[in-house]
Amino acid sequence: MTAYDVIIVGGGHNGLACAAYLARAGRKVLVLERRERVGGAAMSEEVFPGFRFSVFSYVVSLLRPEIIRELELARHGLHILPLESTLTPLANNDYLAQWADHDQNRRELARHSRRDAEAYDEFGLLLHRMARAVKPLLSTAPPDPASLDPRELLDLLRLGRYFRGLAEKDLHALWKLLTMSAADYLDEWFESEALKGTKSASGIIGTLLGPRSPGTAYVLLHHYMGELDGVFRAWGFAKGGNGSVSAAIAAAAQAHGAEIRTQAPVSKVLVSGGRARGVVLEGGEELHAACVVSGADPRRTFLGLVGEEHLPEDFVGSIRRYKFRGASAKVNLALGELPRFTCIPQNGPPHLNPIYRGAISISPSVDYLERAYDDAKYGEISRRPYMDIIIPSMLDPSMAPPGKHVMSIFVQYAPYHLNGGWSDARREQLGDTVIDTLSEYAPNLKGAILHRQVITPADIERIVGLSEGNIFQGELTLQQMFFLRPAPAWSRYRTPIHGLYQCGSGTHPGGGVMGASGRNAAFEVLGRRA
Amino acid sequence: MLKTTPFHERTAALCASHAWRRWAGHIVASSYELTHEREYHVIRTAAALFDVSPLYKYLVRGRDAARLLDLIVTRNVLKAEVGQVLYTPWCDHAGKVIDDGTVARLDENLFRMTSAEPNLRWLQDNAAGLAVDIADVSESIAALSLQGPAAWSILQSLGAPPLKYFRMSSASLRGIPVQISRTGYTGDLGFEIWADRVQAVPLWDALMDAGRAYGIMPAGMLALDIARIEAGLMLIEVDYVPARKALIASQLSSPFELDLAWTVNLGKERFIGREALDAEKACGPQWQFVGIELEWNSLERLYAEVGLATRLPSAAWRMSVPLYADGEQAGYATSGGWSPLLKKYIALAHLRSQSAAVGTALEMEITVEHRRKRANATVVKKPFFDPPRKKA
Repeated sequence: MTAYDVIIVGGGHNGLACAAYLARAGRKVLVLERRERVGGAAMSEEVFPGFRFSVFSYVVSLLRPEIIRELELARHGLHILPLESTLTPLANNDYLAQWADHDQNRRELARHSRRDAEAYDEFGLLLHRMARAVKPLLSTAPPDPASLDPRELLDLLRLGRYFRGLAEKDLHALWKLLTMSAADYLDEWFESEALKGTKSASGIIGTLLGPRSPGTAYVLLHHYMGELDGVFRAWGFAKGGNGSVSAAIAAAAQAHGAEIRTQAPVSKVLVSGGRARGVVLEGGEELHAACVVSGADPRRTFLGLVGEEHLPEDFVGSIRRYKFRGASAKVNLALGELPRFTCIPQNGPPHLNPIYRGAISISPSVDYLERAYDDAKYGEISRRPYMDIIIPSMLDPSMAPPGKHVMSIFVQYAPYHLNGGWSDARREQLGDTVIDTLSEYAPNLKGAILHRQVITPADIERIVGLSEGNIFQGELTLQQMFFLRPAPAWSRYRTPIHGLYQCGSGTHPGGGVMGASGRNAAFEVLGRRA
Repeated sequence: MLKTTPFHERTAALCASHAWRRWAGHIVASSYELTHEREYHVIRTAAALFDVSPLYKYLVRGRDAARLLDLIVTRNVLKAEVGQVLYTPWCDHAGKVIDDGTVARLDENLFRMTSAEPNLRWLQDNAAGLAVDIADVSESIAALSLQGPAAWSILQSLGAPPLKYFRMSSASLRGIPVQISRTGYTGDLGFEIWADRVQAVPLWDALMDAGRAYGIMPAGMLALDIARIEAGLMLIEVDYVPARKALIASQLSSPFELDLAWTVNLGKERFIGREALDAEKACGPQWQFVGIELEWNSLERLYAEVGLATRLPSAAWRMSVPLYADGEQAGYATSGGWSPLLKKYIALAHLRSQSAAVGTALEMEITVEHRRKRANATVVKKPFFDPPRKKA
C-alpha cells in the first residue's frame, strides 16, 4: 500500500488548489473526490444535449490572481471573460444600467439621480480604498487576537500597524462597513431606489439575511474585492463555465504530480493518539498519509469525518453553532432564443446589444429585496425573489448550440429550512416563481424555454455536499469571519487534531471561487508564509 | 453613446481630421484640420473659436446665493460686483483642492458657477438651511470661447459692449441673447459666450460669419492645450488630482501648492477648508507649482550624442516626468511641450519648496533613443507668455 504525504478530502476548487501547491512543493499528494468528476460546486456539465451549464457557481471575480499566475492556469486552459455591465430592469418599463465606461455610467446614473451620479465615483473610490485596506488580510492566515503564540502576536502587531496607517476617515468608514446594514450604508450615499437595491444585493448573497440586517455592509465590500488583472470590482465568466476553473487547477495539480481519484467517497478520517493517520473510504479501503486536509465544510469535516469523540467539547460546540442556513437556489435554462427585456431600447438585433453580455439583476429596490427576505425569514420561498442572471452563451457561444442560449439564474431566497421541507413539488414551485417573475420583464421567456433545471439548497447539499446548501460553506457574517472562521482559535487551517487541516471556504477568507483557502492551507501545511 | 454638444452639427461638418476626444462625457474636436498647428497660431494671431459646452455649469439663485458660494470657494464672493467673474479653486474641509472654475455674479442674487467636474451634490450638501436654488444648467447652456487678438473686433462688429478683464455682460449678437465674459483658457485677449442651447447653431454661424474678415478658425483641444501651458494655467486631473479622486494623501494638493495663494482669502471669516489653509499658510506649503524651461543646448547635446537632430514634442504631453535638483529628485513635471511662439520647450511642474525658486537649476528626465537622460532646465516665472492685450 502506498503512503502519501498528504491526502486531500474533496476535489473542489480549494482542495485542488491546495493539492497543486503541495505537489508543486514536492509532496506526494492524493485528492479523493466523492463524485465522478472534480470541481465540487465549481463544475460545468452538459445538462441537456448541446447545452452546457456552470451548474452551481457561475461567476469568477474573487479567484486570486496569484493563483492564476503561480499555477499557470491560462496554460491549463483557463480564460476569464469580463462581465462589464449590470442591468436592473424596473417595473415601469424603465431600467438602470451600470457600465464599465465611466462616461456611459455617469450618464445613465444621472438619468435616475444627478446626485447619485456624482456620489457614485466617491463611493467607488472609498470602497476601493477599503478593499485595499482589507485585501492583504485575504492572502494571509488570520492571526488570533487571543493567542499568546509569538508568531500570531507578531502578525497581529503587523495588522495593527497596518490599520493605524489608514487615514482617520477611512478607519471610520471601515468601522461603518463592518457594523452597518447594506441598506443603511447605501442610504448614506444614494437616493435612487434601483441603485440602492442593486448595490445592496451584493450584501445578501449566500446569506439568510436581508439588506437591512446589520453586518451586510461588510459582505458588500467582500464582493467589491473581486479582482481581475489587478482591477478592483471586475467580474468575469470562465470560458466553459466554472468547471474550467476546477479543470485548470486539477490539470496544474496533476502536472505537478498530484494524484486525483474520483468516485472515492471518504467515510472517516483515521485518528489515533490525537493525530490524523489517513482516511477510510466508504468501501472500507484505508489510505494512509502523514497529513490529511479536508476541503469539506466544518460540519462535515468535524462532526462527520472526524467524529466528536476525538474533539474537545468547546470546539464541538463552536462547530455546532457555526451557521450555514443556505438561502440560495439556481435555475438553469436552455433557451431557443434570447430573452428580450422589454425595458431595453430595442435598437438593433439583441445579440449585438452589449447589455446581454453583462449581468441582469432583479433588484428594483431595497424594499423588494427585504420583502423577499421576509418570506424566507419565516421559512417560505420568496414570492418575488432576487435574481442575478447571466447569459453565458453570449460570452462563450460554445455553451449552447448555434443560435441558442443558456441562462444562469441565481435565486434568493430559497431557504434550506423550508416549511414542510423540500420536495419535487416545491422545487417546481420555485422554478415557476422564478420564471413567472422574470417573464414580467422578458415576456418571450416562457416560449423560449427548451429545458429547465432547478437546484434547491437541499439539492446543493445532496449533490455537492455543502451543508444546508450554503454556497460559502457557512455564512459570510462577521461572527464567523477572519479569526473566528470556522471557530475561535482555529482559524489558521489547523484543527485540534494534529496533522488534520482544513482548506475549504469554511475557513478564512471564505466564500466565492477564490482559491485563497486552498492556497493558504497548503502554505500552512508546508509551514511557510503565503 | 457619448453626448454631442449643441454645436455638433457645425463642428462635425468642419472636423476634417475626424479626431475627437472625450470631455466630460461629450465628444469635442481634438483638431479640425489634419494637424493642430494652424489652429494654435490662430489663437495668437487672429481668433480661434472653441466649443467649450462640456463645462459643468450651475445657476445659483436666491437671497443666500452669495453666502453659499462664499462658503464654498476660497475667494471673496460677497465682495464681487455684479458683472464680475472670479477664477477660484474650492477645497474640502482639509483644505485640499476639489476643483477649480469660475464664479460669475450675474445679478445681486444670481451666480453662475463653472467647473470641470460635477459639483451639484457639493453645492446642495453645503446649502442646508440657506435660501438658495441650485440648477444644473450644464446641458441647457451652450458655450463658445473666442480667443485671440482679433476676438474683440469680431464681437464688436456684432454689437457687443466693451468689457474689462474678468467682467461680463448680457448682450445681443445679431438678435441672439447671450452673456459674454472676458475670460478664457489661453492667456490671450479672449471672451466666452454663453447662450441657450437652442441658439447654438445661429450663434456659431454669426461668429464664424463675422470672424471671416478677421481670420477666425475653429480650433480644437490640442491647440488649446499648448496655449494654456504657455499661459501657465493648470488642468485638473493632469496637473493635479482633485481631492475627491485621490487614493492616497500624497496625491492631494492645497491651493498654496498649486500657486493659487492669491485666490485664498483668509480674511474671510468662514469658508470650507479655512482652518487647514490658515495652518498651512503659517508653516508654508511643502510644494510649489512652477514653470520650467528646458535648456536648448542641453537638449541638442543629448540628441547629438546619438547622432540625431533635436526632437521636439509635436503636441503638448500630459504625464508625470521626474525632475532633479542637485542629483536628487525634487519634483515632477505634469504637462509640457514646445511653444511654437516662444521657441522654447516649457513645462508645468510640482517642486519641493526648497527647489522651487525662480532660477533654480534642475534636470528633467527625457528619453532619447530609448535611453533615459537628463536635460538641464530652469525654474522660470509663470505665465510663459503674457501679452498686454490680455488685460488691456
